Amino acid sequence: MAFFATFDLREPINRAVETLVERHGDRLHALNDLLLQGLLLPLERVLRQAPPWLVLLAVLLLAWRATGRWRVAATLTVACYLIGCFGLWDALMQTLALVLVATALAVLLGLPLGIAIAHSRRLRAVVLPVLDVMQTLPTFVYLIPAVMLFGLGKVPAILATVVYAICPLVRLTDLGLRQVDPEVQEAARSFGTTRWQLLLGVQLPLAWPSILAGVNQTVMMALAMVVVASMIGARGLGEEVLAGIQTLDVGRGLQAGLAIVLLAVVIDRVTQGFGRGRRPDGEPGARP
Amino acid sequence: MNGRIALRHVSKVYGADPRTALLLLAQGADKQRVQAETGQHVGLYDVSLSIPAGGIYAIMGLSGSGKSTLVRHINRLVEPSAGQVLIDGEDVLGFGAARLRELRRRRISMVFQHFGLLPHRSVLDNVAFGRRVRGESRRQAQEAARGWLARVGLSGHEHDYPDQLSGGMRQRVGLARALASDTDILLMDEPFSALDPLLRDDLQTQLLALQAELGKTIVFITHDVEEAFRLGQRIALLRDGRLVQEGEPEAVRQAPVDDYVARFLARVNGGSVPRSTGSARG
Ligand SMILES: Nc1ncnc2c1ncn2[C@@H]1O[C@H](COP(=O)(O)OP(=O)(O)OP(=O)(O)O)[C@@H](O)[C@H]1O
Ligand SMILES: [Mg+2]
Repeated sequence: MAFFATFDLREPINRAVETLVERHGDRLHALNDLLLQGLLLPLERVLRQAPPWLVLLAVLLLAWRATGRWRVAATLTVACYLIGCFGLWDALMQTLALVLVATALAVLLGLPLGIAIAHSRRLRAVVLPVLDVMQTLPTFVYLIPAVMLFGLGKVPAILATVVYAICPLVRLTDLGLRQVDPEVQEAARSFGTTRWQLLLGVQLPLAWPSILAGVNQTVMMALAMVVVASMIGARGLGEEVLAGIQTLDVGRGLQAGLAIVLLAVVIDRVTQGFGRGRRPDGEPGARP
Repeated sequence: MNGRIALRHVSKVYGADPRTALLLLAQGADKQRVQAETGQHVGLYDVSLSIPAGGIYAIMGLSGSGKSTLVRHINRLVEPSAGQVLIDGEDVLGFGAARLRELRRRRISMVFQHFGLLPHRSVLDNVAFGRRVRGESRRQAQEAARGWLARVGLSGHEHDYPDQLSGGMRQRVGLARALASDTDILLMDEPFSALDPLLRDDLQTQLLALQAELGKTIVFITHDVEEAFRLGQRIALLRDGRLVQEGEPEAVRQAPVDDYVARFLARVNGGSVPRSTGSARG
């Protein structure tokens, strides 16, 4: 008699996924195509075909706009140039495209979710524990369901990245909104604002620093995940690291690793620069 | 008499289970006992009063006596636990969301104890806020806002942000913002408490002039008896959420209903009492 009762999750899970793929295969396929053809590939094409000096110029201007200091902006641009010197420009553009798409999707889903849980105690009670679980799961575990549903490739890599990177954005959006001075909100309401006017004209602008801190963390996590996701077919810098490991080419692996660190620093500085934000212009927040 | 604004048996308990608290109160328990037994705070209990049109109605009371709670019932920023709130004879509590918005956009505006300015908008946009909310064009709203800023003596500060102004200037921005809505009911929650005596004196004079000129109905909250007597055509006194006395200043002064009121009035009765400067709190 065995001490442990047999309780095997493998079979039921496999069967569930199989039926899911069988029943909704078409839809999964359509989603796959949409993300790939509609979003990722065009962006990747633009980035890879643009002359590097143009991309570097864009980095320079963006960094200057974000930090307001030419010295910092120039340093960040040189960092990107250095990655090109490693012969990794193409890989850099591929990684950048993945990170941008994953971040855009994370913001598109995470911002509304954050707003929703800031306004509903009950929803927050459901969502926050799920986010906790998502954050504690080892990053590799995300890859498995993504691969099962979409096979190997860039789309599962992006989706796994989105799921992983969305957490801080949702949390910080929620936090930022709940920290908006109640007296200011009350004063706005006393003038007869609608929910939308209050949200767009008062709550979101005042939560903005917190939301941008969330975006910053989301980009950084997306970058980290994109590297891991190279194991299931994400191309770019992560692939180089992986290749370095597989061929025991320490130099190759570490050089790609350094490139990733440089990219991380650039992205971090730029998004943080925007987050620190100088005073926003007195935007017309009141919309009917 | 039915005034412009009427509260009928309004009670407000802050907490999860106001009914239990109201039962206790009906049995004669006071605010402290309710708090000890149910952990809930009594904001107001069984307050009925009627505020006539076109005048300044001053509401006094110590800190925590329910002044802010009372005034917030009038534009329904606070929902009562029991009772009725009538404006021009209409029960505000029966208003749906759209009608309530209209009420706040066109008929009632408010000045807040701690200003409640929008920190991310310029002074001009703050003052234009009420008009923008109700759908006026930016240009039109700003034009009106400029006029009111000039009236409160803040011309030249249009493009400053609230955190660049002193407390007195911020409060005047709050005042201009409320006035810019052109509503005929104005709620003012301790608008001058945070200001120095000279500025307060100045603004009181201005407010009296404005009221005389525009004929607004102003509900003015203060914990300063002198201020209440100077501004109010009628005054009301709150204590621990209950209305203790209400009437014309002279009548209240002649016949305080109890010791609490008498002690409250001691400052103005002497005649030569120095201006209260210690009452300005944060
Ligand atoms: N949001 C709230 N939640 C819980 N209790 C509240 C809330 N607002 C007010 N109270 C309670 O209601 C009572 C009356 O408060 P209120 O703010 O109306 O007093 P006030 O007379 O305006 O005082 P002050 O002069 O300090 O502004 C207080 O005991 C307070 O603790
Ligand atoms: Mg108050």
